[in-house]
Amino acid sequence: MKRGFTLLAIATALLLSFALYAALVIAPTEQTMGNVQRIFYYHVPSAWVAFELFLINFVASVFYLIRRSTKADILALVSAEVGVVFCTVVLITGPIWARPVWGIWWTWDLRLTLTLVLWLIYVSYLVLRRFSTSSQTPLLAAVLAVFGALDVPLVYFSIWFFRTQHPAPVIGGGGSLDPRMGWVLLYNWIAFMCLAWLVCWTRYRLEVAQRAVHESEAMQSLMEGAR
Amino acid sequence: MNANHYLYAAYIATWAIHGTYLYILARKAARVRKDIERLKRSG
Repeated sequence: MKRGFTLLAIATALLLSFALYAALVIAPTEQTMGNVQRIFYYHVPSAWVAFELFLINFVASVFYLIRRSTKADILALVSAEVGVVFCTVVLITGPIWARPVWGIWWTWDLRLTLTLVLWLIYVSYLVLRRFSTSSQTPLLAAVLAVFGALDVPLVYFSIWFFRTQHPAPVIGGGGSLDPRMGWVLLYNWIAFMCLAWLVCWTRYRLEVAQRAVHESEAMQSLMEGAR
Repeated sequence: MNANHYLYAAYIATWAIHGTYLYILARKAARVRKDIERLKRSG
């Protein structure tokens, strides 16, 4: 287990380094936007990874609602937390890219607004999990996660069905992408997925340890109370 | 601002966000380790 973790950590570091090099050096410079277009290689994979993590959160939450599995509850918490980190990257890099290209930092466009709403939903989910002391918290959080996940397809398909300021999807949306750009995008996506997997693994183990500590403390208090 | 500065800003912001989260995780892990040691000592 420990060896697998170390191997994944090394592979992730190598992949991220190569992906950064590919994004800055190997990828060709886009003709109209110039170098600023290279933000694409961090912005788009981060969005995809956030969507994948929110999907895992949805599946784990549904599983928890059916089986009341502690493992599913921990997985839901972990995937939401790491998903919020990646979604934050999307919401920060997007305006930094928009400013030189659109001339504005932010616009209340459907795609952008729905992404902000998505981030707020999962931040609310984490706030609920952090501060609620009720024994029903995992159940309430799972229900919130199921409804929150409905926003993921809305964000994804908003640029397919509505005219928005945000550009059309580069893959499957009729847009053309230089094959070298496509490869660099793929490297970065794989690298960020490995990073997400590594962080989720660490966070999962930490959550298990934290819950074990809380249980031991509760047991100790009970024993002291019984004496 | 030069367009390249926006590129650097976006990349630095990405790593700052991931770095901050990893730092928070490391602090949380240190706290849990301390709690485990305390529980072991108190038997």
